[in-house]
Amino acid sequence: MNAPAYNFAYLDEQTKRMIRRAILKAIAIPGYQVPFASREMPMPYGWGTGGVQVTAAILGPDDTLKVIDQGSDDTTNAISIRKFFEKTAGVATTTTTSEATVIQTRHRIPEAPLQEHQVLVYQVPIPEPLRFLEPRETETRRMHALAEYGLMHVKLYEDIAHHGHIATSYAYPVKVNARYVMDPSPTPKFDNPKMDDCPALQLFGAGREKRIYAVPPHTTVVSLDFEDHPFERYRHEAPCALCGATDSYLDEVVIDDRGGRMFVCSDTDHCETRRADGHRGVQPEALA
Amino acid sequence: MYVAVKGGERAIENAHRLLAHERRGDASVPELSLKQISEQLSLAVDRVMTEGSLYDRELAALAIKQARGDLIEAIFLARAFRATLPRFGTSEPVETGAMQVRRRISATFKDIPGGQILGPTFDYTHRLLDPSLAGTSAPEAPAAADSDAATDAAPMPRVTDILGHDGLIEPSPVADEGAPVGDLTREPLNFPADRDLRLQNLARGDEGFLLALGYSTQRGYGRTHPFVGEIRLGEVEVEFLAEEVGFAVPLGRITVTECQMVNQFKGSASEPPCFTRGYGLAFGQSERKSMSMALVDRALRAREFGDDVKAPAQDEEFVLSHSDNVQATGFVEHLKLPHYVDFQSELGLIRKLRREFAEAQGERDPQLQEAAE
Repeated sequence: MNAPAYNFAYLDEQTKRMIRRAILKAIAIPGYQVPFASREMPMPYGWGTGGVQVTAAILGPDDTLKVIDQGSDDTTNAISIRKFFEKTAGVATTTTTSEATVIQTRHRIPEAPLQEHQVLVYQVPIPEPLRFLEPRETETRRMHALAEYGLMHVKLYEDIAHHGHIATSYAYPVKVNARYVMDPSPTPKFDNPKMDDCPALQLFGAGREKRIYAVPPHTTVVSLDFEDHPFERYRHEAPCALCGATDSYLDEVVIDDRGGRMFVCSDTDHCETRRADGHRGVQPEALA
Repeated sequence: MYVAVKGGERAIENAHRLLAHERRGDASVPELSLKQISEQLSLAVDRVMTEGSLYDRELAALAIKQARGDLIEAIFLARAFRATLPRFGTSEPVETGAMQVRRRISATFKDIPGGQILGPTFDYTHRLLDPSLAGTSAPEAPAAADSDAATDAAPMPRVTDILGHDGLIEPSPVADEGAPVGDLTREPLNFPADRDLRLQNLARGDEGFLLALGYSTQRGYGRTHPFVGEIRLGEVEVEFLAEEVGFAVPLGRITVTECQMVNQFKGSASEPPCFTRGYGLAFGQSERKSMSMALVDRALRAREFGDDVKAPAQDEEFVLSHSDNVQATGFVEHLKLPHYVDFQSELGLIRKLRREFAEAQGERDPQLQEAAE
């Protein structure tokens, strides 16, 4: 039988070079979706195969990797991906944001400000911000080429006309470097401002859709809006029940079947660090 | 609790252990061997090899065993392994005209040079459950061909080649021999896609999806008036041109099923009417797959023939973007992953919209406002 033998960080070096070329092109054209020959990874499409390929291509033996899903290091898929790289690359891993050099994420940007030596790798399901307005790739590529984004503004305007607000609460479209409209991946719009002028390199990998894009350090990222309906962040107006934070994005945890709820930091590392520093919420021992 | 508190790591390990246990089933029942799967579930193995794009019966059997018989999961296992294999070149085109034929039928001619050979087929079986198979079975030895007939020696030209002699069917498009062979697993697929990449996509595509699309063309959604020119099953030689020795060396034999559909075409002002082709090829005995593939291939050639593109089966982006069951199952099933960060955002928005709605209602009807609260 053909017994498998795997390279450092799983992917063969030729594939890594191909991915790195795509990453370099993506960095050179901020917000532009670069097609790449995405491989079939040993985890399912939709589970972060794009992010995993980007991480595999940039990871070196001296890196320290952090993996989060929904802001948490302990969600099952984050654990699974972290273990994958522990096993195939043998790199150091951490749950502490400030200690990581590479952070792979699904659906969140860490609360702690990122730094220059860090790379944030996003897992992206649908990289095309115009996809739900125009299903055809041939059309959307043309629209990007011509910077023809009227359709998106019409959609946002119609939201306001129907609901009084822009009815997009996550995967909120942004304009990068005043040129390309980009999907920030399904992060809550609360995280959008963190992308702007970020000192860290932000890389986006979409495996099934075979696209890589990037926001280089200190690039302008503007959430689309209107003068009379400016972009607004959303967070539930409450302090974290565990650490008392009033500025972090909160998860709503249903605690009984009678409408009981508590709100806790979605970023578990942020919450734990704050508690270690002595911050306390109203129910510091819940969920422990 | 689904909430991500500590313990996810142990939960995963325990889930894997339980899965391995369930896979094995009752330990007092003898374990399946790969040989048993490969010999007795051979059509499942054929499907996994075809859609997994990996011709290896033993690995396909292993994948089926590991996947507990879930063929899409098995295809995924084969694909993930295939992705790690080095590529050292491209084989010479396989010559299906020189196939060692085990089954070969044509629906367009009553008799054809080389004859019609039914071979191993379910086609004329009565679908009655056979209780005698519940235990062990010892089927009769297959009937042997008359030695006089010398069928082995009789040439079996492809039916489409016979039609081609009279110019009744369009010639097969000829590829430039020096041109590199497209491979959508190495280069991302772009639209419009050339036919080599379309055929590769269809060959890897989900049998059920292609079956439904092919069926839809028969029911009028992009009708192509198909006839089965020929289906042939058998062994073909795979050859590789080794630069060092300067000639093609045989690598081995593989079993394939080829289907050539003959479809109607009206002709145009500049061209006399002639039949058109739809092509299907799959590993092993995969007739449903290769027929469906041939129907969809022809439907996707609509642009080339100036047919109106109106039906789903004719829509290249639609078909090629959704045919891959490993991609499809991944994205559908990823909905199982937690999405509570996004959902929290949506909850916040919908609560706000409902509050504003109630306030607006209340301005109109204060009593209703109270009732709402």
